[in-house]
Amino acid sequence: MAKVFIPTALRAFADGKAQVEVGGATAGEVVAALAELYPDIRRHIYDAEGKLRSYVNVFVGEEDIRNFGGLGAPVPPDGEVTLVPAIAGGVAGALRAAPRQTDGIVRSKAAGRKR
Amino acid sequence: MNVASIIPDDRLERLSNAEITRYSRHLLLPQVGVDGQRRLKAAKVLVVGTGGLGAPLALYLAAAGVGTLGLVDFDFVEASNLQRQIIHGTRDIDRPKVASAADRVKSINPDIRVVTYNTALKSDNALSIIEDYDVVADGTDNYPTRYLVNDACVLLGKPNVYGSIFQFEGQASVFYAKEGPCYRCLYPSPPPPGLVPSCAEGGVLGVLPGIVGTIQASEVIKLVVGAGGAGGAVAGDSLIGRLLLFDAWAMKFRELKLRRDEGCPVCGKAPSIRELVDYEQFCGLKPAPGEEPVESITAKELKARLDAGDPLQVIDIREPHEQAIAPFPGARYIPLGQMARRAGEIDAAVDAVFLCKVGQRSKFAIRALREAGHRGRLLNLQDGVGAWARDVDSTLPQY
Repeated sequence: MAKVFIPTALRAFADGKAQVEVGGATAGEVVAALAELYPDIRRHIYDAEGKLRSYVNVFVGEEDIRNFGGLGAPVPPDGEVTLVPAIAGGVAGALRAAPRQTDGIVRSKAAGRKR
Repeated sequence: MNVASIIPDDRLERLSNAEITRYSRHLLLPQVGVDGQRRLKAAKVLVVGTGGLGAPLALYLAAAGVGTLGLVDFDFVEASNLQRQIIHGTRDIDRPKVASAADRVKSINPDIRVVTYNTALKSDNALSIIEDYDVVADGTDNYPTRYLVNDACVLLGKPNVYGSIFQFEGQASVFYAKEGPCYRCLYPSPPPPGLVPSCAEGGVLGVLPGIVGTIQASEVIKLVVGAGGAGGAVAGDSLIGRLLLFDAWAMKFRELKLRRDEGCPVCGKAPSIRELVDYEQFCGLKPAPGEEPVESITAKELKARLDAGDPLQVIDIREPHEQAIAPFPGARYIPLGQMARRAGEIDAAVDAVFLCKVGQRSKFAIRALREAGHRGRLLNLQDGVGAWARDVDSTLPQY
């Protein structure tokens, strides 16, 4: 069984679990087994065409599967698979509006300048 | 990975006796020494964002004697910032964050030059601001600015010291296209809006940005001093090509290897991005052409419909602990995480209003239901429970 580490951002879709053990000999099989176990996580990992979403990275051990054949990357019997999604921090989904006011301390140079 | 100092020798100046005293604990480290401290004095570091990550970054970089510290932020200090943004105090509420931060770093170290930019970093000002600096520390809180900072740093050849946080989890790395991968090599595109909750919705442990921000500060210092060390000292390793993952709740650090993507659109062999683009468009914050918009309802309109006795299903998609902070009267609870499997509980014959804290995750719930084939009318409570508390029921706390 492979050990899958579920990042905080996706735990709400996996009954709050931080790690689970599932079967699978490749990264693709392990991730599919996870999605089978927790259907709500599926759309966070796969896009509408069933491809892995590009903001979710999958690592086997320390290595990104992109460098080892993608979802076909082999997972050793007691291997560790880590999902690493992009996290950004504070703002709620969208950027907030422009600054409420400026107080005259703006010191940026002329806007629109190209390098 | 070891890298030589990013500060060229011809910019180094002598240290005064007062500086030698102030920085003696650095000078005693052979890895820093007089040479390294002179590089810190010559260094120009831009901190983007003076929030949770920017606070410890700016405080420690000022204390360390970074000669020029640039601070970028358009925001104003709010009460809910103070649980983690330790550069600001209670009396700074409603002040511009850069003004509050500049005061604080000046009080720590009056010898350094502080340049404030009370503006959002945008495609039309990023290159002109960043080009004056040796290194950028990314303490931003949103995807568009992260991609903007990354692309600007790649285009200008500057290192980008990255940190990011969510709830109990942090990530840190150094993206430096001259030496290794960039942010886009790791994350070619951002999540669609609402898919990953933000700290404003999901919360964040107050000390977490303190830990991740200080990791960023130490990476900035190593880039300046030269992680190769001086005086025969054992070389330090930069986070270039490594992604550090930190879980404060489990108290575990893990490390993953990052590689440059040769097909990367900005730092790869044949880059397609040669100038800054529209990052809000890129991050899906402007509706894509042809995308069916989500219909919304304001808090006041919802109140009117409820008062008129209109048949309505009000669905609260927040997590149970969040509902406990500010419960919405009369709502049915279906947490976002269970929406796909509980879609059948929503009656397609009756209008359904979805609500969350700020009206982003609820939009995502609506899209998820539509994808699942739900044909009823689905409305999004605009600006979420916060708008209800602001416009309809002032007894409800805003969180």
